[in-house]
Amino acid sequence: MNFRRFSLISVPYLWLFILFLVPFGIVFKISLSDYAISIPPYTPTLDLTEGWAGFKAFLSALDFENYVFLTEDDLYWKAYLSSLKIAVFATALTLLVSFPIAYGMANAPDEWRPTLMMLVILPFWTSFLIRVYAWMGILSQEGFLNQFLMGIGIISDPLIILNTNWAVYIGIIYTYCPFMILPIYATLEKLDPSLNEAAVDLGCSRTSSFWLVTLPLAKPGVIAGCFLVFIPALGEFVIPSLLGGSRTLMIGKVLYEEFFANRDWPVASAVAVVLLLILIIPIVMYQRNQQKMMEAEQ
Amino acid sequence: MNQPAPTAAFAPWEDAKAKPLISFQNVTKKFGDFTAIDNISIDIYEREFFALLGPSGCGKTTLMRMLGGFETPTMGKILIDGQDMANVPPNKRAVNMMFQSYALFPHLSVWDNIAFGLRRDKLPKDQIEARVEEMVKLVRLDKFARRKPHQISGGQRQRVALARSLAKAPKLLLLDEPLGALDKKLRQDTQFELMDIQEKTGTTFVIVTHDQEEAMTVASRIAVMDEGLLIQVDTPARIYETPNSVYVADFIGDVNLIEGNASPRGDGKTILHWAEGQPPLVAECPHAPDVEARCTFAIRPEKVTISKEKPTDRTNAIQGKIEDIAYLGNLSTYSVLLANGTRVKAQTANNRRLSRRELTWEDDVWLSWTETAGIVLDK
Repeated sequence: MNFRRFSLISVPYLWLFILFLVPFGIVFKISLSDYAISIPPYTPTLDLTEGWAGFKAFLSALDFENYVFLTEDDLYWKAYLSSLKIAVFATALTLLVSFPIAYGMANAPDEWRPTLMMLVILPFWTSFLIRVYAWMGILSQEGFLNQFLMGIGIISDPLIILNTNWAVYIGIIYTYCPFMILPIYATLEKLDPSLNEAAVDLGCSRTSSFWLVTLPLAKPGVIAGCFLVFIPALGEFVIPSLLGGSRTLMIGKVLYEEFFANRDWPVASAVAVVLLLILIIPIVMYQRNQQKMMEAEQ
Repeated sequence: MNQPAPTAAFAPWEDAKAKPLISFQNVTKKFGDFTAIDNISIDIYEREFFALLGPSGCGKTTLMRMLGGFETPTMGKILIDGQDMANVPPNKRAVNMMFQSYALFPHLSVWDNIAFGLRRDKLPKDQIEARVEEMVKLVRLDKFARRKPHQISGGQRQRVALARSLAKAPKLLLLDEPLGALDKKLRQDTQFELMDIQEKTGTTFVIVTHDQEEAMTVASRIAVMDEGLLIQVDTPARIYETPNSVYVADFIGDVNLIEGNASPRGDGKTILHWAEGQPPLVAECPHAPDVEARCTFAIRPEKVTISKEKPTDRTNAIQGKIEDIAYLGNLSTYSVLLANGTRVKAQTANNRRLSRRELTWEDDVWLSWTETAGIVLDK
């Protein structure tokens, strides 16, 4: 009995161990190593043929040098800070765009809802990379957007959007807004319409009923959506590297360049470990929010 | 049934000079092609406990939602306190509603739920507090004021909803199936509590229900509705004793319906030929048609006496055989099969112990009733 319970519980833990803890351990170990021109490009590597003494020598060669280096070169903390700024701002913009969509969906006639839901999910059926490349075509100086705006005479010179932070925001909003829409829609859709009628009955206008009843009750969905956008946006690499310019500083891009341009695996690993530590805070907060939501439903 | 004594004197609908609080004037409501309310006119008076009764889909909820301002009539006028309500939105009406789902705000405590309406009126803080305190005491929830709606029981939630809708002291309170979610015992207790609160606050109540017993218990008058039409509006006693149609007779309580050809006998009584070779029934009924017509004779089971010997003191007596007996504890209902295949139910109080009951299955019995016990209905 006990064994059966144990074996059942152990499955997710085993999964986490193999796919999360072991890779993390390897990355962490590399972050403590030193750069070397060799294959693999770091030293020391664990050689068990020398037995206990070899293992001790291996341990003594590990140090936190790379982490110290991260604090010395201001590129890194600037990249973290700039990523944080872009992620926060992009999350807020995504919320602004997504809430009205989710609200409209939740208030649409029942027979439309599956179709609207489909429209939100549909872009996921094509490759993410292709969609980002499509945005390059839209936003570039000769792109559709500039051609359209100049065509109808709003602007005379093309706007420079591509390769700026604005292109990154547009990319993040576009890519992640389904993650914002769906949890908000889920909470709004569950709301009893008579709650708003009751608020109006008790003297609210339609607007104040929205602020006093709908919005507070949509809060769990809003929080869940914000985390679902913020967490991947913070480490985003594809969008800033394709849509952003040379001055768009994001940690995902720095990470990529350390690994593949500099081939400095130890420093890149240190960057990745710090990024993970930064991400753990919102992830834990998200989990607690989910837990609170579940408790409130009971 | 359970009419409180004061209502006997309370009958503003009989007073021609009384001014109605609510007046529906030829109100029709259509949803697309569907007519939910079909040319209804009713007057409802101050301090009344008015019940809208009917099966689901009969339009009773639509009628009430029009009073709350959540629906607007397609045609006709609704006056509250003499004022035309056509362009008055729900938040500008001195009308509050208690919703079927209670619609308590889940993110607010019991206290804040009750205070919600008062805060919208921007009342001073101490006034709000005093009023909420009063309401919480009225519905006996003092101990639960700080809890959230999901932390209290269904019966308590129902009382919070009531307190919240009464907090603004509305002229008119609308209750949409207020007791529908409660179990039977709690529902009966709450019915009396509702009547008590209605009397204490002096508010006019309009209640929507599909439960005829509930309507009979609480209401001063009942409007029986069917398919968007008002069938009968009257006091519970008169709805029960003198229904104006087979529909009302059948909807309220249990009833035996016997079809036949009715004709006036000349002395104010009506005779009804209901089966070949059977003596006609005699009924003294003021609303019976004064020409010969196909009619339905309606009689309540408790007004039918069942006996082994033919009674000598009653005009109407029919022989039959007991087909079924339903033992309800305090009452027994006998289903008696007549010679022509009609089944008639007779109900008697079980004032003797079951083992000493002298009637049993397959017994030949006589059913009898007086001339005034039943009524003749022509629609």
